[in-house]
Amino acid sequence: MTDYDAIIIGAGHNGLICASYLAKAGKHVLVLDARNEPGGCASTREFAPGHHVSDCAQWLSQFDQGIVKDLDLKAAGLKLGKSKTTISLQSDGDHLVLDGDTISGAGVDSADQAAYRDFKNMVRSFAKLMTTLYRSRPPKLVEQNWTDRLTLMKLGLSLKLLGRERLRDLMRIVMINIYDVMNEHFSHAALKSAIALDAVTGTNMGPRSPNTVYSYLHRATGEHLGQSGTTQVLGGMGAFGQSLATAAEKCGAKIRLGSAVTAIVKTEERVTGVTLDSGEQISAKLVISSADPATTFRRLLGYHQMEAGMAMRVECYRSRSGTAKLHLALSGLPSFTGLSEGQLTERLVITPSMDGMETALNPMKYRELSDLHTFDINIPTLEDPELAPEGQHSLTAIVHYVPYEPDIGWEAGKPQLLSQLVSELEAYAPGIGALVTASELVVPSDFEASHGMTGGSWHHGELSIDQALMMRPFPGSTQYATAVEGLYLCGAGAHPGGGLQGLPGRNAAKEILKRGAL
Amino acid sequence: MSDVSRDTMLLTTPFHSRVEAMCDLNDWGNWMGYTTPNAYFDVELEYFAVRSTTGVFDLSPMNKYRVTGPDAQRYLDRLITRDVSKIGVDRVGYAIWCDDNGQVMDDGTIFRLGEQDYRICSYQRADDWLAWNTLGFDVTIENESEAVAGLAVQGPTSCTVLTLLGCTDLNQLKPFGIAHYSFEGRPLMVSRTGFTGDLGYEVWVPPESAEALWDQLFELGRDYLIKPIGSHALELARIEAGFLQANVDFMPAEEVVRVGRTRSPFELGLGWLVDFKKPLFNGRSALLKEQEKGSRYRFAMLDVEGNKPAEHSFILRGNKQVGTVTSAAWCPTAKANIAYAQIEMPHGAVGDELVAEIYYQRELHWTRLLAPCKVIDTPIFKSPKRWQTPAPPH
Repeated sequence: MTDYDAIIIGAGHNGLICASYLAKAGKHVLVLDARNEPGGCASTREFAPGHHVSDCAQWLSQFDQGIVKDLDLKAAGLKLGKSKTTISLQSDGDHLVLDGDTISGAGVDSADQAAYRDFKNMVRSFAKLMTTLYRSRPPKLVEQNWTDRLTLMKLGLSLKLLGRERLRDLMRIVMINIYDVMNEHFSHAALKSAIALDAVTGTNMGPRSPNTVYSYLHRATGEHLGQSGTTQVLGGMGAFGQSLATAAEKCGAKIRLGSAVTAIVKTEERVTGVTLDSGEQISAKLVISSADPATTFRRLLGYHQMEAGMAMRVECYRSRSGTAKLHLALSGLPSFTGLSEGQLTERLVITPSMDGMETALNPMKYRELSDLHTFDINIPTLEDPELAPEGQHSLTAIVHYVPYEPDIGWEAGKPQLLSQLVSELEAYAPGIGALVTASELVVPSDFEASHGMTGGSWHHGELSIDQALMMRPFPGSTQYATAVEGLYLCGAGAHPGGGLQGLPGRNAAKEILKRGAL
Repeated sequence: MSDVSRDTMLLTTPFHSRVEAMCDLNDWGNWMGYTTPNAYFDVELEYFAVRSTTGVFDLSPMNKYRVTGPDAQRYLDRLITRDVSKIGVDRVGYAIWCDDNGQVMDDGTIFRLGEQDYRICSYQRADDWLAWNTLGFDVTIENESEAVAGLAVQGPTSCTVLTLLGCTDLNQLKPFGIAHYSFEGRPLMVSRTGFTGDLGYEVWVPPESAEALWDQLFELGRDYLIKPIGSHALELARIEAGFLQANVDFMPAEEVVRVGRTRSPFELGLGWLVDFKKPLFNGRSALLKEQEKGSRYRFAMLDVEGNKPAEHSFILRGNKQVGTVTSAAWCPTAKANIAYAQIEMPHGAVGDELVAEIYYQRELHWTRLLAPCKVIDTPIFKSPKRWQTPAPPH
């Protein structure tokens, strides 16, 4: 007899979702997390007195609405803000506004406006196809069984329905880079880089890196998952995590926080449970990890517990991000040149040109600080004033092109980078520096320490074709099962990947139930 | 290794000056990047030295890896398919290792030199694979291939010759045992191992000792009819004695590019080296599955009628091709025509009667021969001397 049917490592969104579906099916499930709050990357933290920010994930833009319904997250307290327009800030104050399929401002001409509509339509059709794949177990190509054949047939049909031209486009662009695709479609420099931003944020790539079209399409699935645009979660991301925890508990799952799993226990042929930092051992029929693959296999299971080829795969799995978070506590509302106060609630982005973005990749690659960055900004206190003391505001920004560990070290590097970032912001929001009462820079290695993501990778491993679908995280451990008996994956390191979608957790639960593994 | 007067693409071994001096035929081959003699003076006579007196084979090109550190034994236990803990200190074990798909990468010998001190002697270069295998283990791997020179000294008079060299009480050494001596102030290690199926030893020294060792061996062994042997003679002896050869009888899994060309231990008749009692080793789960589902091929030793070696032959059952020959030889001592074959399941069980389709040529005239053959269960050459301790006097 085991203590539980399943132990889920990590009370992040995917862990909680997987737990909910399993518990709903009557399984006896325990979710364990080292942190004291549920939600994993969906977390809120008071980084300065009275200033609460979503300290890891900032936006909800591609969460599967089927899960919201299945788990009744609204009843569990999930409240979303309004759907945001993206405003790409220009130094002259004539900003580029991307609102659905329309773009305006910054001197964008009708040709680019039309091209943008066409581009969005194309992306939409590709993302739809991907969504079909994302909602099911990734089909294996070799050991076919009927489920996989059916998925492949559906995929084949969807490909056919794309029509000859679209299919050709897909095959042509999916392996290339966003830089070339942007130049093919648009002439407006700021438009190109505003779109390219979505292809590189959260990754270890620049716009000319292969796989950036794939990472862009991955983000574009949000629309087909039922979410219209980028939103902030009211109460901060932690409220999203809390709603998932509430739902999971309502389904019957048990959650233990502040309980770090230090090892996955494997005896002879299979995984039988976990050991906690307290030394306590808990047994279960299955251990399902929502931690990233490197954490799961290298740190918790240990290379000595697996065959060498698998250890090699884990070691070669690319899991590093060049994305950091900037948190500023502001004594008042900042003013951005050319933006109305109402527009400050929108999603504000700052990007260098695409060439600038590519140039910024170099220092990052070679462990140096860059003097160019991209910003993806939210002033959450406008929609949600309770997140800061009255009259005060916070600004959070996702900042790309930050090395994992600069050669000068973070002790020296952080103050330097922080003042660099604030001065980059000053160009668009003169006087913002004077409003800053507290600031914080969370670099990739900080995310690794605080949220357990190897390499600080939000996606639990680079989003690239070689680490996607039936190859995610790596051959031999796919379709949520792993090469180790009794050990499953339900995190972003499994298909279809990261970005607060919830699909890995949902798909994993469905697969485990379907296999009768419990 | 030894100095050469000009840059050559093939390396030479520490014994090369002596080997070259004795290689009357000047018939050279390329063994894993080293210049090695195919034959010194006459393949059959060299072969008979192994069977009747002493044959000396330069095996320095073998790859040698030293495995040390607190996890050395655990490391090897995950690497190879047999139970390493059963190999005592100063003992040697024959072993194979597989990839995660349970396909054989190489075979070799594991020398246990201390509690957590081992040497792997392998046919293939394995630096990359051995390094990947260190993930998760506190172990150091050192490629000692060029730091250790080796001679196989094989045959009925080998013990006597080596005793004259100073290997006291060598006759007490059990098969697969290791004994340590010194030679001209440097260490000399002897293991009772070999590739010929007879009484025999392998002698391991630092390269600086190589030439002196060769000189003294041949000096002391003259009265015991010691002869150098090349790879052709060794090939005859090993086929007769039932030893497989990587790259001949199976393709090392890492080198294979075509689907289905690799082989599992079961398909090579090496299932006895797979110990499922161990909870983990590379290939274990794939091999368990294979055991359940059945193998694709069977390794068969064939006793072929007639005296035409069934080299590269197809093996037929009726009119159907069921296998191919990987090694074949007319074995002079056993006086049998032996072939190793890969036979498709379910054919090839012991006692199975098959046909070898042999093609041979005499003066440009090709002849096709359908030779009946039978699957035998043990090697055709079995010398009791191989297993006797004390080593029998000649």
